Amino acid sequence: MSDNGTFTPVIVGFLCNWCSYRAADLAGTSRMGYPATLRDIRIMCTGRLDPTFVLRALQKGADGVLIMGCHPGQCHYQEGNYKAIRRFALLRRTLRQLGIEDERVQLHWASAAEGVQFAQTVARVTEQIRQLGPLDWARNWPNEDPYAVEEAVHE
Amino acid sequence: MSEPRVGVYVCHCGHNIAGTVDVEHVAEWALNLPNVVVSRENKFMCASTGQEQVEQDIKEFDLTHVVVASCSPHMHEKTFRNACARAGLNPYMFEMANIREHASWVHANDKDGATNKAKALVSAAVSRVIFHEPLEPMQVSIRPETLVVGGGIAGIQAALEIADAGYHVYLVEREPSIGGHMAMFDKTFPTLDCSACILTPKMFDVGAHPNITLLTYSEVERVDGYVGNFTVRVRKKAGMVDQDLCTGCGSCWESCPIRIVDNVFEAGLGHRKAIYRPFPQAVPKYPVIDVPNCTYYKSGKCRMCEKVCPTNAIRFDMQDEVVELEVGNIILTTGFKLFDARRVPNYGYGRLENVFTSLEFERLTNAAGPTEGKIVLRDGETPPQSVAIIHCVGSRDRNYNTHCSAICCMSSLKFAHLVMEKTGAQVYNFYIDMRPLHKGYEEFYHRIMDEGAQFIRGKVSEITDAARSPEEDGKLVVVCEDTLIGQQRRVPVDMVILAAGLEPRADAQAVGYMFGVGCGDTGFFTERHPKLDPVATVTEGVFIAGACQGAKDIPDSVAQGAAAAARVLGTISKREVALEPIRATIDEERCSGCRICNNMCPYHAIDFIEEKGVSRVNPALCKGCGTCVAACPSQVITGAHFTFDQLMAEIDGILVDVLSDQPIVEAV
Repeated sequence: MSDNGTFTPVIVGFLCNWCSYRAADLAGTSRMGYPATLRDIRIMCTGRLDPTFVLRALQKGADGVLIMGCHPGQCHYQEGNYKAIRRFALLRRTLRQLGIEDERVQLHWASAAEGVQFAQTVARVTEQIRQLGPLDWARNWPNEDPYAVEEAVHE
Repeated sequence: MSEPRVGVYVCHCGHNIAGTVDVEHVAEWALNLPNVVVSRENKFMCASTGQEQVEQDIKEFDLTHVVVASCSPHMHEKTFRNACARAGLNPYMFEMANIREHASWVHANDKDGATNKAKALVSAAVSRVIFHEPLEPMQVSIRPETLVVGGGIAGIQAALEIADAGYHVYLVEREPSIGGHMAMFDKTFPTLDCSACILTPKMFDVGAHPNITLLTYSEVERVDGYVGNFTVRVRKKAGMVDQDLCTGCGSCWESCPIRIVDNVFEAGLGHRKAIYRPFPQAVPKYPVIDVPNCTYYKSGKCRMCEKVCPTNAIRFDMQDEVVELEVGNIILTTGFKLFDARRVPNYGYGRLENVFTSLEFERLTNAAGPTEGKIVLRDGETPPQSVAIIHCVGSRDRNYNTHCSAICCMSSLKFAHLVMEKTGAQVYNFYIDMRPLHKGYEEFYHRIMDEGAQFIRGKVSEITDAARSPEEDGKLVVVCEDTLIGQQRRVPVDMVILAAGLEPRADAQAVGYMFGVGCGDTGFFTERHPKLDPVATVTEGVFIAGACQGAKDIPDSVAQGAAAAARVLGTISKREVALEPIRATIDEERCSGCRICNNMCPYHAIDFIEEKGVSRVNPALCKGCGTCVAACPSQVITGAHFTFDQLMAEIDGILVDVLSDQPIVEAV
């Protein structure tokens, strides 16, 4: 981690099993290049995304979080992504209060057929976070106790 | 619990991974991760030697958990789970790190980046896997009955295959007769078989089959349940004719005084009565009353059909009937919609009278059609001297649909043949590319060229009746850049046929939603895997076949219908199916009974137990999405295989500082 010019961010991805994880697979099968900044975690549906996960990732050193799911109306579980949209809106408010820039935590859609869009999204989000520089939230986070984060969310 | 003992296996996948990721380094580095007791690299983990290595190590090193870093879990998760199971380890004590699709193949220009990412993904898997718990797949029994939705050729084929194998099929069709689009066609390419002659025997078989319950003029309203045990509610629309008494004699429609333009079967070229059956070979043979157009329902008078019916089968007071079907599997064969050619205003359909759509031409040339098979202009008598056939109308065009409709090249060639054979007219085909790609198709293309049809390569910009010269007077002028000679051309003709493309049904999204099937970006239903699983969907027990899955011709639709039937028969003969144990469970001891989760569940799988004041998940209905898990304010819902602890550990593991093996925060 160095200055903004050469800084390579670490982004944690949360990809739903049915659309965006498959879009990432398709990007791979089709050999579409994108920056090696995204470290992705598979969840069955963006509806499973507990906002705590995002805070944990930022707390543990991620410079950004990219959540991706099926397009609205195309959720494998019918409406999990709508639940994700609502939770994301609340999470974003919390993150703003904590001083986290909007670009660091983003929610996007990619269908299983959209490998190109997936690759482009990762490239775009990487560039935005690169501009912002490292988050270094761990240093600024006052409490070392990891469960303090979860409690903060649930209060 | 004793200390976890994790085995890590990093796959080369030939050069696919090792060409970019430093596999040896990743394997060596992984040995330093907590709980890892053995870490190996292997040329091909999915090969029997790779799998045997895992099995051997589980026994030799007493492994409690296994991580394989190779391709996507959608590719080989099952393979390695089975390997674990063979060595006596619960298959769910395994985790996969996807370092091919998500690392080596997308970061080919950044070998260090790819290697670092691979290390992070391996670390995440190792960190997560120790929280895995043994799970048992849920066994559910399969009802032997099957529902087929849509009575076109794909649905007919699927229904007959299953019924012939000895199992019961419910075939639901929206129109009064089965047959679908194929029943409207005159000839089929490339053999020029009469479409009705090859279809009607199959339709008759469906109607007469003891194992098929035919529900025409009916629509599915609701689907509940899960693979093996679906409950489907079907509305049988009131046809006002008692099918137990009707003989299909035809007295009623012969005497009905109301003539209505038939926009469905005759594509707007012919008429039908207010009591009608769509075509003479209809199955079932019974007519239905078109209520909005019937005089009796408008004014209370007429009742002509009732008077002439020799068996007193007319029931003006008949009501819709709702039936509930219990089925084990569902096959969707809901077909396609023809592109509306009015959407291309520069082609003049609907404005220039001698511009026809492909479906109109099918009816025109059909011996049972409105002109008894005579190819004539809109005036009903003049045969054309020259005909232009425009390919790719509404297909392969960013303004309308980007997909290729797959059938238009061949149906256009068939039209060319029929026009030349019946009228001797000069035929011009305007095409972008010729794609006659199946067996016998290329030969048919050459045959039509030999028969004298003209082929002009270029996308037609306009069809106009504004003449610029005496020979264009009174003609339709097809304006096009001939890309083979690099010149603008104006071709005057008497008749234009627009080879309209195939689109998803207008209600495909809503129908898909009801059955748990998604639509892709072209709007057709999405298959489980585009190459290796083309008729299954992501919803267990729901299959798709025919043109609802993507534009396709009759042979492909038949093949898919049969393929879907084979898949269904496979599950029926196994009698039960194992479901992924990825399910939510509620700890009733700790549930506060707030009921927030109750409304979260899209499958109504969570019930509130009044006497205990807690919520409970019905594991058979739960599909494991985890929405309730994330919503529970008391954190007492566990989403098996995606638990809070597992995902938290995965996050911690993925944020390892790949240069050391410390978490990033500690390394700062």
